Amino acid sequence: MAQALTHSDPHLGDRPRPAKNYLNATTGVWSWMSTVDHKRIGVMYLVAVTSAFFVGGMFALLVRLTLLTPSHKLFGKVLIDADTYNRVFTLHGAIMVFLFIIPSVPGSLANFVLPLMLGAKDVAFPRLNLASFYLWCGGATLAVASMIFGAVDTGWTFYTPYSTTTQNAVGLMTMAVFTLGFSSIFTGLNFIATTHKLRAPGMGWFDMPLFVWGTYATAIIQVLATPVLGITMVLLALERTFNIGIFDPKIGGDPVLFQHFFWFYSHPAVYIMIVPGMAIISEIIPTFSRKTIFGYKAIAYSSVALALLGFLVWGHHMFVAGQSELATVVFSALTFLVAIPSGVKLFNWLATMYKGNISLETPMLYGISFILLFAIGGLTGIFLGALSTDVHLTDTYFVVAHFHYVMMGGTVIAFIGGVHYWWPKITGRMYNEKWGRIACALVFIGFNMTFLTQFFLGSKGMPRRYYNYLDQYQPLHAFSTFGSWVLGMGLFITAAYLLASLRKPMDAPDNPWGGTTMEWLTSSPPIEHNFEEQPVLEHEPYDYRPKVKKHA
Amino acid sequence: MSTSTVDVHPDPHGPGDEHGHDGHGHDDSHHQHHFTTMEQQFDTSKIGMWLFLATEVLLFGGLFVGFGLMQARFPGEFKEAHEHLQRPLGALNTVVLLISSWTMVMGVLSARTNQRKKLVIFLLLTILCACIFLGVKYFEYSHKYEEGLLPGHYYKHVGDKIHDASGHPSPGYATFFSFYFMMTGLHGIHILVGIILLAWIAVRGNRGEFNSSYYTPVDLVGLYWHLVDLIWIYLFPLYYLIT
Amino acid sequence: MSEHTHNPKAEAAVYAKTLVTLLILTAITVGASYINFGAFNVVVALTIATIKATLVALFFMHLLHDKPVNGLIASAGFLFLGLFLMFTLLDFDSRENLQPRNLPTVIAPPPAAAPATTPAPAPEHH
Repeated sequence: MAQALTHSDPHLGDRPRPAKNYLNATTGVWSWMSTVDHKRIGVMYLVAVTSAFFVGGMFALLVRLTLLTPSHKLFGKVLIDADTYNRVFTLHGAIMVFLFIIPSVPGSLANFVLPLMLGAKDVAFPRLNLASFYLWCGGATLAVASMIFGAVDTGWTFYTPYSTTTQNAVGLMTMAVFTLGFSSIFTGLNFIATTHKLRAPGMGWFDMPLFVWGTYATAIIQVLATPVLGITMVLLALERTFNIGIFDPKIGGDPVLFQHFFWFYSHPAVYIMIVPGMAIISEIIPTFSRKTIFGYKAIAYSSVALALLGFLVWGHHMFVAGQSELATVVFSALTFLVAIPSGVKLFNWLATMYKGNISLETPMLYGISFILLFAIGGLTGIFLGALSTDVHLTDTYFVVAHFHYVMMGGTVIAFIGGVHYWWPKITGRMYNEKWGRIACALVFIGFNMTFLTQFFLGSKGMPRRYYNYLDQYQPLHAFSTFGSWVLGMGLFITAAYLLASLRKPMDAPDNPWGGTTMEWLTSSPPIEHNFEEQPVLEHEPYDYRPKVKKHA
Repeated sequence: MSTSTVDVHPDPHGPGDEHGHDGHGHDDSHHQHHFTTMEQQFDTSKIGMWLFLATEVLLFGGLFVGFGLMQARFPGEFKEAHEHLQRPLGALNTVVLLISSWTMVMGVLSARTNQRKKLVIFLLLTILCACIFLGVKYFEYSHKYEEGLLPGHYYKHVGDKIHDASGHPSPGYATFFSFYFMMTGLHGIHILVGIILLAWIAVRGNRGEFNSSYYTPVDLVGLYWHLVDLIWIYLFPLYYLIT
Repeated sequence: MSEHTHNPKAEAAVYAKTLVTLLILTAITVGASYINFGAFNVVVALTIATIKATLVALFFMHLLHDKPVNGLIASAGFLFLGLFLMFTLLDFDSRENLQPRNLPTVIAPPPAAAPATTPAPAPEHH
């Protein structure tokens, strides 16, 4: 079936396909394990985080299946008991946050695309890049070990005093998180240095693609926030082994202090999750609207603003935790402030699409889904940022729905869109567009079935992380569970046709979408050193004006 | 494809991912292929190192924040506990580290001015200062151990003045020493790693690998070492001097 | 390279002067610790420490003559640490009762003979 492409002839202007590309330049497992090529590392990350997503997703399906009925029974037998349930939702959260979503875009897509977009041969520190990947692997191993040795049932937030006193495998999990933290730090460090020093000739800061701006803003957060997570894990581990007295109220500590430490990282972490997703959308929207992005500088500045303002609002996770009223009010006010840059972006993307020449290929479908779903997620965040409503909604399913809308409806949707957008560049093949659209529809519908329902569950009072619930909540829980099956099916189909495309010969054009950024100047897939000659920037970003021929 | 190049970004968590080097000291062998010029490479390495140092500031900073808050909670206990710390030894360690920072920066200058012997001497002096520091810390730790001034639930010192209403010593003392050992311990680990890095640079320097065109590893290890000094500059007054 | 090596002797002199200044400041801060400034003890000690740190950063770490981005990075580290401390202190300092709640406190309980006029206890924060 003909691909609905945006060019009359997508292969127009292509050079002959090079015989050797980054995938086949060297062969053998060792050449991959010891690679310092950012593209190979990006591919390894892609496989790694997708595997983590699969495991975390299985746990999610199990959670939803357990909550299908108040009796937790399936075919007459109780599916899992309460203690196991606590472990399952903890692992779902911890795996999704630390092993999937935080490393996903930076480690896989940004690693692959950033140097290409800058016209560079690699990232600033290629060996450090590989080290980041191995640290991810080490963290994953420790997380698996903690699952084997009793698992953790504290919730992914490890709140004290339970986490400091429970006998479960908290120690192993804290080591896993510490290791994964350094993986993230080194990636961020690498990207900041790369953006500062490895841009192509002619590319000033305001000529860079917005994906680079987003990745840069994310990297700032990774470098500045993650060390505090590291020390939090150390303090938690030491409190458990030595009773050092920082979090335990019996010996003069303060459990709320743990929450300050934890959320000082974990709130900026959610911006590590969303800003790269927004960065992908900033690429997809102009390309599939064939129109210059509206408000380039506003989007660039808002990425950095989000990164910086995101450090000032962590107390909004602690409104009812025992924080002082003054701090609570201050954090609430700042939370309203941090919504503004996101709003600016949403407006600018819509303005870009307005009167654009829109084509609805799969990446664009995901892009439009993002705009809608992130708008809902972000708006519901405002409800939670307002103190009076938060008192009722906190620790209910409303919060669960909010963060799934922004993290999944936002980042995961953008991630999948980005994978489709850059799939031809990474693999040299086009995926099946018909199945892409079908799967996107299933994902969109399934996602909303699962999570829109949870806003209602939460506002009616269903608490989060609860194994038991009153019978009156059962219809909504059941509907949400059915939604999870539709969502799962959509994701499974996505994986299937993407993998199936790999059996085709490499026939993707250099620039299937008509993009204007530098990664589309090289072959699909790129050669090992990215570009035959150093590309020089010759036009403004997202310049879709028709090229006027020079008269002789 | 990639020439065997020297690692210009030493991983301060260990000499870890060194993959071989050429040892002839010509700077084009250190030139990594994705950089256009050596100057670009050097500037990038510096940015990378400063970013790493910023992460260390935040890592230690978290402990400083915890200490500050606990101090506010237990002002009397912390004041009494800190009297067990030996101010002269702390001051000696401060002086030793400051001198080591001076020897370090003189080492960098020697590398930059092609003075191989001086480079090695200054690096060895830095290592010597670091060892003196650790030696003093060993004496301090032994003294704490003898007095039962240990972290957390290992604390068994007798004679503390502030008690709670049921007669037990306030937990604030143990908390003070928990933080003392955590922060000086983490700092000490950084000194140990620093000694390893300094030794590695000294060996390479002795082989003549550094000169005015290429001295990046010396500069970067220097920056790391100064950070270790910086942390102590704040640790010393907070623990030993403030009452 | 970007460093100035035109006059190594002058540079060495700068380093030596910096070291001497740092040692003098150390002596001052130790001496000051024997004087009781009351609540200002912390301020004095930390101010001197910050001056020393600045000297190390500007001269030993070459920030004074380096590219501005490095100084920006260094400042960002300290700035964000400051934000963490400031906001956490904002919470801690404005809580109603700094004493640990479930630990018998050092302060003697109020005399038992005045229940009628004892004000209601502060509302429990969950």
